[in-house]
Amino acid sequence: MIYSVPNPPSPCKILEFDPEKCTGCNICVETCPLDVMLPNPEKGREPLVLYTEECWACGGCAEECPNDALTLIAPTKQRISAIWIRKSTGEEFRVGMAKVPEPNTRPPLGNRR
Amino acid sequence: MLWYDYIKKTGKVPEWPYKVEYGKEKVVESDVLVIGGGVAGCRAAIEAARRGASVAVAERGSVKRGGQGGAGVDHWHGAVTNPCSKVTPEMYTQAFIESSKGYTNPSARYIIAKEGWDTLRECEDMGVQIRDEDDIFKGAPFRDEETKLLFAYDYESRNCIRIFGHNIKPVLHKTMLELGVSIYNRVCITSLLTEGGKRGARVIGATGVNTRTGEFCVFKAKAVVISTGRVGRLFNFSPEVNQFSSMLDMNLSGQGFSIGWRAGAEFLMMESVGVRGASENNYVPYSTGNCSNTYFGTPIVDSEGREVPYLKTDGSRVGEYGEIFEPEKPEEGGFYIGVGVGLHQPIAKKYRLPDIDPDIPNKIARGEYKLPLYADFTKMPELERRALFGLMIGNEGKTRVPIYRNYTRWGFDPDKDMLLCPPGEPMNFRGSCWWSGGGKGVLNSMSILGSGYLTDWRLQTTVEGLFVAGGQPVNGSGCHGEAQTTGRYAGRQAAKYSRTAHHAEPDPSQLEAEKERCYAPVRAEGGIGWKELNSAIVRIMEDYCSQHRSENVLKLGIKRMRELMANEGSRAYASNPHELGRLIECFGLADVGEMIMEASLARRGSNSALSFYRTDYPNLDEPEWDCFISIKLGENEAETSKLPLDYYVREPYAPTLQENYSLYGAFDA
Ligand SMILES: Cc1cc2nc3c(=O)[nH]c(=O)nc-3n(C[C@H](O)[C@H](O)[C@H](O)COP(=O)(O)OP(=O)(O)OC[C@H]3O[C@@H](n4cnc5c(N)ncnc54)[C@H](O)[C@@H]3O)c2cc1C
Ligand code: SF4
Ligand code: SF4
Repeated sequence: MIYSVPNPPSPCKILEFDPEKCTGCNICVETCPLDVMLPNPEKGREPLVLYTEECWACGGCAEECPNDALTLIAPTKQRISAIWIRKSTGEEFRVGMAKVPEPNTRPPLGNRR
Repeated sequence: MLWYDYIKKTGKVPEWPYKVEYGKEKVVESDVLVIGGGVAGCRAAIEAARRGASVAVAERGSVKRGGQGGAGVDHWHGAVTNPCSKVTPEMYTQAFIESSKGYTNPSARYIIAKEGWDTLRECEDMGVQIRDEDDIFKGAPFRDEETKLLFAYDYESRNCIRIFGHNIKPVLHKTMLELGVSIYNRVCITSLLTEGGKRGARVIGATGVNTRTGEFCVFKAKAVVISTGRVGRLFNFSPEVNQFSSMLDMNLSGQGFSIGWRAGAEFLMMESVGVRGASENNYVPYSTGNCSNTYFGTPIVDSEGREVPYLKTDGSRVGEYGEIFEPEKPEEGGFYIGVGVGLHQPIAKKYRLPDIDPDIPNKIARGEYKLPLYADFTKMPELERRALFGLMIGNEGKTRVPIYRNYTRWGFDPDKDMLLCPPGEPMNFRGSCWWSGGGKGVLNSMSILGSGYLTDWRLQTTVEGLFVAGGQPVNGSGCHGEAQTTGRYAGRQAAKYSRTAHHAEPDPSQLEAEKERCYAPVRAEGGIGWKELNSAIVRIMEDYCSQHRSENVLKLGIKRMRELMANEGSRAYASNPHELGRLIECFGLADVGEMIMEASLARRGSNSALSFYRTDYPNLDEPEWDCFISIKLGENEAETSKLPLDYYVREPYAPTLQENYSLYGAFDA
């Protein structure tokens, strides 16, 4: 079925849920200071992202998610030029690349979680 | 899942998930009411509760992670009484006075300097790591081996401390719950209640609207603290493209100014609006290469590996890498004043550090540096790099997740990689300014800076019972040190005041009128929505209150604003409680716009310290206008007057900072 829908409300897709990991606990919904998300009408499923354009990328939702089910993904128009270059090889990388390079597993500093 | 994908898939528009009861009253009574649960508000609540007051906090979003400081903190300014500091509270305050040519808030600055370190130490007790407990930075030039404190920027004078503060808000939130503070999340405060409903009378509470349920909240309190942070959404408003890179979230909309304005409080520096460096319309801060603020000290190279030098304020090159972190004239009392501390630029040379070559734009244009530039972390000493990326980016607001987590998951390693500075126009590389956010933003973005409530030495406003903290006093809300310290101080003052104040019943007609104002939009049909109204307000500000102002244009601006609010504004609709909150904020934005234009009208002289230009009074810095303009809402119209820059040490106050602090601030401290 093809529905009449408005244009996508924002050119930025901001959050990606991993439906395998998400339990629909809505902790992220309660955390978000801007009410970007609403609980999914279907219980146990990932929240609905309603107010995309209000997300200011604080990362609180991703931090509080107990299942690491949520990625805060920067808008494509930012990712496309937020590039780093490996000095030794000259290779270029960025978030969201199809080919995911070897992750750097060093955690941020600080001993409180 | 995106709402959009949901309806595309199911063909069903989801119902509003919360039970809506527009206008249903909920009454809350406490000794102290804190409006805005950002870091300043949380500290006010904690302090008041520790002093035995019953405390309610009304927060627009959610306390646990909300506000500008909600996403973390990595450096703490103004802790000048820490055991390693070479700066005294007097020196610190003087630096602000000199750097801003007097257009600052010396009483608040002095309070911050006196109590900033204690305020930070309490963060440590509550659960924020503020020392290098794991000895990762042993031997680093910015570490004190005895206290294990780590310093930022100015390694000589040691007054800005690097901290591991990613958990600052969860920690404050937990402490508040332990102390029995009542938290009301998702409540947008819409007005202050005054004794007898009269403007200028003692503040006795506030009203709010719940932005999930539409409930009407009535808070009754003996003392009120406003800590609603800074003002956004008044210039350059297009959240669909800007919000992700913004330094202010959408809840920071000036409502905290509007409620005080309507209650009759006085404000200073409202005319202080100008073109500033801003991150809008660009990249998430620190997601691209630059060398400002947190990235200060990062070596910058061009595409052929040519290094762009850091220069001292006299234009000479720094020698060793470490010299970047040295103030140039410590023997003359010089030290680095800090980043993001809400000052007008440029600050006095004595209080700066070396900076990247200011002539980069011309050199790029002449082909001397070849774009793109890169931030070459690999050239930094190991411990500096760890401090910058592992500690600072790993703990600061908006960088821990979008930068640290995402970048490392995609393999970024500062030991091996350089970060691109997106090329664009040479002008984008003016100074060390946020290149990641600079670009277009630097050239076209106006913002409001330094404006706020006129306060006394208790951080009480000119209306009795109303205290302010964080972004609310003049020149507030540049940093955590400032916000948290003024919050803690205002909480202490409010608790003391509440001990002798009595509860007063709100005036029924004031409540009725406010209810009518707040809920008209849910009955409105056929009007415009909040976004269109917000954009129109911004249009007026951009057209009639730009960098260069004049009487006839400002008067037209005020006329347009009133016209807009009386017509489209009064018929605007809200489809659900969320939209209602955003719309009520637009009403507040229009007030703030008027305050700015009225104050701009009243300053009949151009002023370099405020970057304030009047085309009809082009002479710069006439002594007659070297003063604050105070503004308040009278019976119906704005009333303005002049206030000397040193009002804080004139009658009725004592003649020195020290005496005033002991008189008003230092009770059972
Ligand atoms: C990305 C980023 C990084 C930063 N890094 C640092 C750093 O490392 N060091 C540093 O010192 N500073 C830093 N800052 C600055 C610092 O975060 C702010 O100066 C500080 O958080 C201001 O505190 P505040 O409590 O005054 O305001 P906020 O923290 O913004 O809190 C204001 C609160 O009031 C609420 N509110 C607003 N209107 C209403 C209303 N009508 N009713 C109810 N509630 C309302 C808001 O929702 C918000 O929660 C950073 C800022 C940003 C954006
Ligand atoms: S990043 Fe912050 S603003 Fe964006 S959805 Fe998550 S919690 Fe909300
Ligand atoms: S917090 Fe995590 S698991 Fe819970 S609903 Fe959100 S994404 Fe799903």
